[in-house]
Amino acid sequence: MKPRLAPLGDSAVLIRLGEEIEEGVNRRVHALAALIEAAALKGVVETVPAYASLLVHYDPLALSYSQLAALLREKMAQAEETAFRKPRRIEVPVRYGGEAGVDLEEAARLLHLQVEEVIRLHSEKPYMVYMMGFTPGFPYMGKLNEALVLPRLATPRTRVPAGTVAIAGWQTGIYPLASPGGWRLIGWTPLTLFDPRAADPFLFAPGDEVQFVVESYAAGSH
Amino acid sequence: MPLEVIEVNGIATVQDLGRSGWRKFGVPASGAMDAFALRAANLLAGNAPNTPAIEVGMGCIAFRALRDCVIAAAGAGFGLSVYIWDFPLWSSCYVRAGWTIRLEKLDSGMWAYLAVSGGVQTPPVLGSASTYLRGPFGGFNGRRLEAGDVLRFGTSSRPFEALAARTLPESARPAYSDHPTLEVILGPQETHFTDESIESFLSSEYTVSSASDRMGYRLEGAALTCCGKPELLSEGMTMGAVQVPADGQPIVMMADSPTTGGYPKIATVISADLPLLAQCVPGRSKLRFQKTTMAKAQKKYREKMSGLEMVVEE
Repeated sequence: MKPRLAPLGDSAVLIRLGEEIEEGVNRRVHALAALIEAAALKGVVETVPAYASLLVHYDPLALSYSQLAALLREKMAQAEETAFRKPRRIEVPVRYGGEAGVDLEEAARLLHLQVEEVIRLHSEKPYMVYMMGFTPGFPYMGKLNEALVLPRLATPRTRVPAGTVAIAGWQTGIYPLASPGGWRLIGWTPLTLFDPRAADPFLFAPGDEVQFVVESYAAGSH
Repeated sequence: MPLEVIEVNGIATVQDLGRSGWRKFGVPASGAMDAFALRAANLLAGNAPNTPAIEVGMGCIAFRALRDCVIAAAGAGFGLSVYIWDFPLWSSCYVRAGWTIRLEKLDSGMWAYLAVSGGVQTPPVLGSASTYLRGPFGGFNGRRLEAGDVLRFGTSSRPFEALAARTLPESARPAYSDHPTLEVILGPQETHFTDESIESFLSSEYTVSSASDRMGYRLEGAALTCCGKPELLSEGMTMGAVQVPADGQPIVMMADSPTTGGYPKIATVISADLPLLAQCVPGRSKLRFQKTTMAKAQKKYREKMSGLEMVVEE
């Protein structure tokens, strides 16, 4: 679809590039975000890429909606011709199952798969970080192999520990901070995804590729 | 120039105008709920508008000045007393070492800002002093202020005598109310709602629910019906955006709003009216929405902000 602009109030503009979770659409979102950020347009505060849209926050004292819309339309035309950059790839070791991956065996049962098969399918290919949100540093990644698609838990947990690897629908993610969560927990990584005091606070950025690497598998504790 | 917290029974945090540049990583902007009042308090105290100050909500707070300083408080719903005198908000005053500064909660209004000449000094986290309690990071160790905390301040931009006894005239302040009408720009998903729902959103009264906080104000009133898919692909959000979950009761996103969300947004409150929304009292204030245009909204915001230049010597 042709990208469309719509205001989100008087200090943000939403650029919609598609309606579905689709890698090609999401790559265009990141390419457009990179182009807008590189242009350092006066009054543009920041951009927030999502699955199929890009939100541009701006200062309405520095430029009006119509001025910004004209600048963004130029960038949207350029983005159509921009070649995608090769994404950065990050390897993430995972200890599947055990206390952290408490839903792994249940997931395997619901999927009619062996646990080993779930682990193999989850770690066989790199995923794209479509967007980040929910909590600081939470990567929404996909797409999962069709054989791993399960709905969210009916009742979300009140506390999921930091580093927990989880799946929901076509997506997989990692909880960067201890937080409530409704995704199915299948493993844990020792990597730190978010450290607010570090010079480089985030392990991932939107548009990155993440490759899970099986470090170990432990049978559940229940 | 330290201030010691001697008593607090509300939510008091250090805030500035919020974090920017990190929302793509999922970090909320945070910052003052009533950004206009924070800016005003800072200007009255001789600080730049984005200087860290203390935001107080819900209850009272009292400080002891450990050095002479100039303070200014702004916002709504609080009475200010210094030593043995009551002082109005939206003014600056000279405080002697040893004096007590007290902000006491009144009926209407929710948030007050206490700025001190030189500004609160806390280490910036991700470029801002704003406290994000859910992180927890920013401000004073990522947490609420407690009795016994000692806050440090920077050096005043001007002599105290030149800063004290200045005021922002009432005409330049927001017209806070227990039943405000807030202007909105419809969209971006207004077409997901039935015509009747748009009509009732713009004509009925909503009560601010007691289940409201710095993340969002939940509203209770006419339920809104979505005619499209009840959930969208997650997309970016901002303060003032009115999300409508499946139960049809709107939620207006506030300073600690998540950066993205998946519910349809029927409208967004304009920047000029966000202070009026922020100062609504959960469980008590009733509000209405009125449609406006982008051009009018941005003009109104420019006019409100230029009002900050009206600081006068008393």
